[in-house]
Amino acid sequence: MSAVPTPRRSEWAGPPAKDIVTAYGFWMFLIGDVIMFASFFAGYAVLAGGRAGGPGPADIIELPNVAVQTLCLLTSTLTCALAGVMAERRRMAWTQLWLLATGLLGVIFLALEIREFSHLIERGATPQRSAFLSGFFMLVGCHGVHVVAGILWLGTMMAQVAVRGPKAYVQRRLSAFMLYWHALDIVWVGLFSIVYIWGSIT
Amino acid sequence: MLGRLDWSAIPLHEPLPLAAAGGVGLAVAASLFWITKRGHWGYLWREWITSVDHKRIGVLYCILALLMLIRGLVDAVMMRTHQAVAVGDAQGYLPPDHYDQIFSAHGTIMIFFGAMPFIVGLMNFAVPLQIGARDVAFPTLNAASFWLTASGALLVNVSLVIGEFARTGWLPYAPLSETSYSPGVGVDYYLWAIQIAGVGTLLSGVNLVTTIVKLRAPGMTMLRLPMFCWTSLGANLLIVAAFPILTATVTMLTFDRYLGFHFFTNEAGGNPMMFVNMIWAWGHPEVYILILPAFGIFSEIFSTFSGKPLFGYRSMVAATMFIVVVSFTVWLHHFFTMGAGADVNAAFGIATSIIAVGTGVKIFNWIFTMYGGSVRFETPMLWSMAFLITFVVGGMTGVLLAVPPADFVLHNSMFLVAHFHNVIVGGVVFGVIAGYTYWFPKAFGFRLDERWGKIAFWFHMIGFTAVFVPMYWLGLEGMTRRLQHVYDAGWTPFLYVMAAGVLASVAGTAALIMQLAVSIRDRRDERLRDDLGDPWDGRTLEWGLPSPPPFFNFAQLPDVSGEEAYWSIKRKAIEQGELPEEPDYDMIEMPRPTPTGIFVAFFSTLIGFACIWHIWWLVMVSGAGVYLAFVGYAWRDVHERDVSVDEVRRADQAARAPRAAALARLVKEGRT
Ligand code: HEM
Ligand SMILES: [Cu+2]
Repeated sequence: MSAVPTPRRSEWAGPPAKDIVTAYGFWMFLIGDVIMFASFFAGYAVLAGGRAGGPGPADIIELPNVAVQTLCLLTSTLTCALAGVMAERRRMAWTQLWLLATGLLGVIFLALEIREFSHLIERGATPQRSAFLSGFFMLVGCHGVHVVAGILWLGTMMAQVAVRGPKAYVQRRLSAFMLYWHALDIVWVGLFSIVYIWGSIT
Repeated sequence: MLGRLDWSAIPLHEPLPLAAAGGVGLAVAASLFWITKRGHWGYLWREWITSVDHKRIGVLYCILALLMLIRGLVDAVMMRTHQAVAVGDAQGYLPPDHYDQIFSAHGTIMIFFGAMPFIVGLMNFAVPLQIGARDVAFPTLNAASFWLTASGALLVNVSLVIGEFARTGWLPYAPLSETSYSPGVGVDYYLWAIQIAGVGTLLSGVNLVTTIVKLRAPGMTMLRLPMFCWTSLGANLLIVAAFPILTATVTMLTFDRYLGFHFFTNEAGGNPMMFVNMIWAWGHPEVYILILPAFGIFSEIFSTFSGKPLFGYRSMVAATMFIVVVSFTVWLHHFFTMGAGADVNAAFGIATSIIAVGTGVKIFNWIFTMYGGSVRFETPMLWSMAFLITFVVGGMTGVLLAVPPADFVLHNSMFLVAHFHNVIVGGVVFGVIAGYTYWFPKAFGFRLDERWGKIAFWFHMIGFTAVFVPMYWLGLEGMTRRLQHVYDAGWTPFLYVMAAGVLASVAGTAALIMQLAVSIRDRRDERLRDDLGDPWDGRTLEWGLPSPPPFFNFAQLPDVSGEEAYWSIKRKAIEQGELPEEPDYDMIEMPRPTPTGIFVAFFSTLIGFACIWHIWWLVMVSGAGVYLAFVGYAWRDVHERDVSVDEVRRADQAARAPRAAALARLVKEGRT
């Protein structure tokens, strides 16, 4: 070890700003979450034929209900993005308003989902009836639980925005929430196409 | 009020678990008493329990792991001694019901609460130091991850005295694990413990990936990362990609058991094979999550103790990433015998053998790293060299099992058991013990005693060989795994050798404990003290820090200008005979401690316990508790505390003084 390497100009300038680190970490988390959904999707696909003489996809899907659900969730993505734009401009009243709209749409979505589930259960199409129905309830229900968690988070966030205003950490959390909400939307698009559309045509 | 929990849950008729629990209870009570009497609670709470310092959390992980490894070893001793006296007419001393719980608890504890926390703990401790960061990306999350892991470990151990543990093996194959065949709370304990600890592991994976990718010091490009950081990155990417599959699988089985769903049942269209597929889609990546960081530890040690840079650094990086990807394509080799058909088996057999290529590359690199170096045979190096041999054997038997026709004979025999212990003990456990010895001085400022370390090493080598070499043979002879009673009296000699072997391992473990005790006693001794912070003549950044490092690690973030960041700094200082100039110190912001982690884990433990015993009100209350703990954290307005320029300067000057003195000595001796 005689020659000491002369310092080269470094190509990595060191850690980026905190919001970038947070966003990156949250992306990693979402990747994990999506993989969990992928497992439930796989479970659903494997069990789709396990009907045990019970109803199949075409018998249980109420497309109008789902169409309204989809509409709610897609619109909520828009309102959520608007909340983000407003937060960036530090117009907190508008941010709150759009967040509220997002939350309300989420609640409507959930109400419709509960209605769908209770209809099915009334008709005897319970998750205990067959493996197919187990897979269905688990996959759709897991997304629903994510929406519940999202609404809880959103409510807490709104309280924090109200009390703390546009502080840096509040903004960071808002942007993480938005990533989360959009991810739920993407998962729903998958659900809608694979479970509902594909299910009702086969 | 208490759901299904009543007095019948306490195994009053079984003396063994009760005595064990009594002993543990006494030990815990004694330590609590001691802590109270000495008035250490305040210190513990401030500096450890609420700490978000990655070094402290890393140490906590390792302590948990050491305790659990000992717990798992007790199970191993029972199994080996029981089998030795349960041949032919003899019935041994463990009834089947109990024996099945022991092998299940042994595997679960060793993998999830022994090996995993040890690996995660060492990564937590060393990675931020090696990349030149002041902490991980999300320090509070890190604390929560640890406490969630501890919470899972607690649940498994509670099952010893309240209720029972699973009898289904460390991976509860369905339909055996369904309510119809396993009606008790055993599998529920397993499910909730794994679910809670698994979430902790997933979060720590997210955390460490972000840390390695985003928090590297200026100039620390990816291709200048120490090998341990690369393998940690690989392992944590695997955690992020594989643990959600475990979460989903465990959730499905939980719903089967609690709500009568039909994912894995025999009836109503359920598919037990789906369980086997899903659990191994996580399970095979899991074995690489364990071994990759161990590979990293060995890489650091081979290079440090040979006084040479790691041979073939780039090929090592490539091999690591290759293993990360390919480890997702081989899971079916765990159930060749379960009817996939010849073509599928062949494909997975070939994929499995190909993985061994990546490992082979590494083995050669390690050997060439030693070649031509001036090798020092201190204990970390002994463990590493032993690993080279054991792992080659374990890898080769793995490749043997990867040949489907051979696997039809060997599957679920003692040969398989010998294979995976060969790689997990001889790879992961040797690795973490090497890493523990290697980084211990960095964490505490003194080395571990060499003599006791060598005694421990040799006892473990003897024990390891005596237990697992006969086991291969028994497997070839046709002995299957998990036997509570052995029918072939011809196997008795082997069983005796194995029982003796496990006792040698116990002696080795006792020697490790002695080593710790002796080292703590003699910590101020010249022989063990580490004043310079560089006890092994190290090459990576952590050895440029004092031992133990200040809580903010680096007074000034290092500016890295090549591979082996610290080695070049050190060489330069020695050549010039003086330390680099004192930098202009800045104020540093460090995260404030918070009890969020332990609160969340406390309530999660309660949720798990309440679900196991169907105490639904407690589930609700604890759920609210988790939420409130989050809100309490979110509501803090001040997240950081400032470390003043003065404090930074003082710490750094204190660290520089012994190094300057050492340099002066070198100059005087004319060695610069
Ligand atoms: C050279 C690389 C390796 C190959 C080719 C290989 C191959 C295999 C095969 C084919 C099996 C299934 C045998 C059967 O069930 O009949 C197996 C089981 C296993 N291997 Fe490996 N293996 C390798 C490395 C590892 C490593 C590095 C670890 C852990 C750190 C490991 C841990 C295990 C475990 C835990 C099991 C089975 C557990 C059980 O069934 O309960 N293997 N291996
Ligand atoms: Cu495998």
